[in-house]
Amino acid sequence: MLEGILIGLGTAFSITNILMVVGGCLIGTFIGMLPGLGPMSIISIMIPVAISIGDPSAALILLAGVYYGAIFGGSTSSILINAPGVASTVASSFDGYPLARAGKAGKALTVAAIASFAGGSIGAILLMVFAPALATVALLFHSAEYFALMVVGLSAIAAFAGSGQVGKALMMTILGLIMATVGEGALFNLPRFTMGIQDLQSGFGFITLAMAMFAMPEALFLVLDPGRSGGKDGKSSEIKELRITKSEAWSITPVIGRQSIQGFLIGVLPGAGATIASFLGYAVERNIARKDEQAEFGKGSIKGLAAPECANNAACTGSFVPLLTLGIPGSGTTAILLGALIALNVSPGPRLMVDNPSIFWAVIISMYIGNLILLILNLPLIPYIAKILAVPRNYLIPFILFFTLMGAYIGQNNATELLLLTGMGIVATILRFADYPLAPALIGFILGSMLEDNFSRSMQLYDGVAFIVERPMTLALLVLAVILVILPSYRARRARARAEGIADGD
Amino acid sequence: MTLDRYIALVFLLICLVYGYAAFFTMDQGLPPFMQRNPIWPSTFPKVLSVMGVLAGLTIVLGIEKSNHTAEVAEINYRKLTEYKLGQALMLLALMVIYAFALRPAGFLVSTTLFLVCGSAVLGERRWFLMCAVALVASGVVWYLVDVVLGIFMRPFPAFVM
Repeated sequence: MLEGILIGLGTAFSITNILMVVGGCLIGTFIGMLPGLGPMSIISIMIPVAISIGDPSAALILLAGVYYGAIFGGSTSSILINAPGVASTVASSFDGYPLARAGKAGKALTVAAIASFAGGSIGAILLMVFAPALATVALLFHSAEYFALMVVGLSAIAAFAGSGQVGKALMMTILGLIMATVGEGALFNLPRFTMGIQDLQSGFGFITLAMAMFAMPEALFLVLDPGRSGGKDGKSSEIKELRITKSEAWSITPVIGRQSIQGFLIGVLPGAGATIASFLGYAVERNIARKDEQAEFGKGSIKGLAAPECANNAACTGSFVPLLTLGIPGSGTTAILLGALIALNVSPGPRLMVDNPSIFWAVIISMYIGNLILLILNLPLIPYIAKILAVPRNYLIPFILFFTLMGAYIGQNNATELLLLTGMGIVATILRFADYPLAPALIGFILGSMLEDNFSRSMQLYDGVAFIVERPMTLALLVLAVILVILPSYRARRARARAEGIADGD
Repeated sequence: MTLDRYIALVFLLICLVYGYAAFFTMDQGLPPFMQRNPIWPSTFPKVLSVMGVLAGLTIVLGIEKSNHTAEVAEINYRKLTEYKLGQALMLLALMVIYAFALRPAGFLVSTTLFLVCGSAVLGERRWFLMCAVALVASGVVWYLVDVVLGIFMRPFPAFVM
């Protein structure tokens, strides 16, 4: 292994390759900030460039830089303007945006950068050590387990079901699940609930929905209430607290440790991926946090931002395990990378480590380097990126609206999508007036189709619902989901009973 | 009845229509071989509609005891007219116009106009600066998306090119 690492280091540390990774990180970060262009689209756009380089190691190093840059860029837009362009950064906006609104945008971006760096690096170490062993474990997961895993992912909604809000959070989740059933499913090839409208044939677009539910209500609130953005002169609230303090760094260290490992393990499972890892990371950290810290989640908790960021990056690294060891791409991004590798005359699979050790190790080392360069490049840039919020609101708000429109348009290339976006944005704003949490709807929408597909597949395999009891892992995961949902409300009930002076049995 | 219960009522109606479609109309055209499956395209929607009706009912009937300490509401919808409602509605109208204009008028023209009108609605009056910012921004975004990334967007009105 040591020999391999040395080969990889030797390849990665040439002047051209370092320039590649720097360029890749910059391109990824800046394009990734545009909602609608996630890592997947940016990598696919960069593939012709990478292939024309010719040298597989250099090409992979460039793509790794682009990949990590794009992930960070996506987090930037979800933290600064509440416009998550990729499903896996939705959870980052739960606490990232409140932090930015409190004038701590610089701090939020720093936490995001550090957490992603740590998640990615720890993920890369785990990848190096455990890749071959984990590949076999990932194959033990069948659709029944995936179904159960999605249910566990949905339990993240419990995080929004504060006191007296359980019904509302549940209702919004079901709304999201219902919206996910619109359009043609992969399994049945029948259009459902399209009401005869051609444009709904492929269902609602994720970006349209994310923009309509998060970015648009926020922009409209800023318009309705000019005092919301801080000062009277129309400027956003002053940007303060750019760096994190030592105690904050200590408080997120255990979060990063836990979420790197958990995120990595979820990322290893083909198909589960970074989105579930980030939601679950958020839910788990919220559930195990101390009571006073728990109250901060959703209102600008540093832990609540670090958890999804870290889990997201670790999962992205974890998704390389099945790709490199089995040749199975576990996510859209790795599928595109697989295409790039094959175009470069490298076929990933069990033989890769034996036949082409220099490429195997170059990929892993390039992940380290991509992460490291990204951190070095971005930490000094953060104050400038955060200044986006200091743009006068007369200019900022039209731009936010323009970017939401652009995100929906680029993804679908369909002007009807823009009308859909405006309509759903209005509905979402009304829902926010009535204090309905919108995140559960989006979580339901993202997980809905995966949930149904895996459920249907296991129903077909087992000819009924017997898989729930016949597969111990499925049962265990479902029990875990129930615990995750019930625990917070049980704790709240107990705390209330205590507050009223009624001891409940202890 | 408060706004959140009205919304729950609407949601309940949606669930009933959705459930009606799932239970009664959807399976009519199902080919016979698919009817032998343990799972039908309508299975999941059926479950969802039942759950949705239950969730909607809990809120409409106010079953859940809410001890939600009314934090200072972000926007009080009862006093909506005291906020800058006109500006918000005008911006929404602008978005709709943009959606219709994007294809025929081309990206550069419609985006520049959208950005200028948007800031004008919000009360900005430095016309020269506004036009400059809008032109540069739409040019940069168009160059990035169309030329660099290769996603086609018609830059000028249809009769120009």
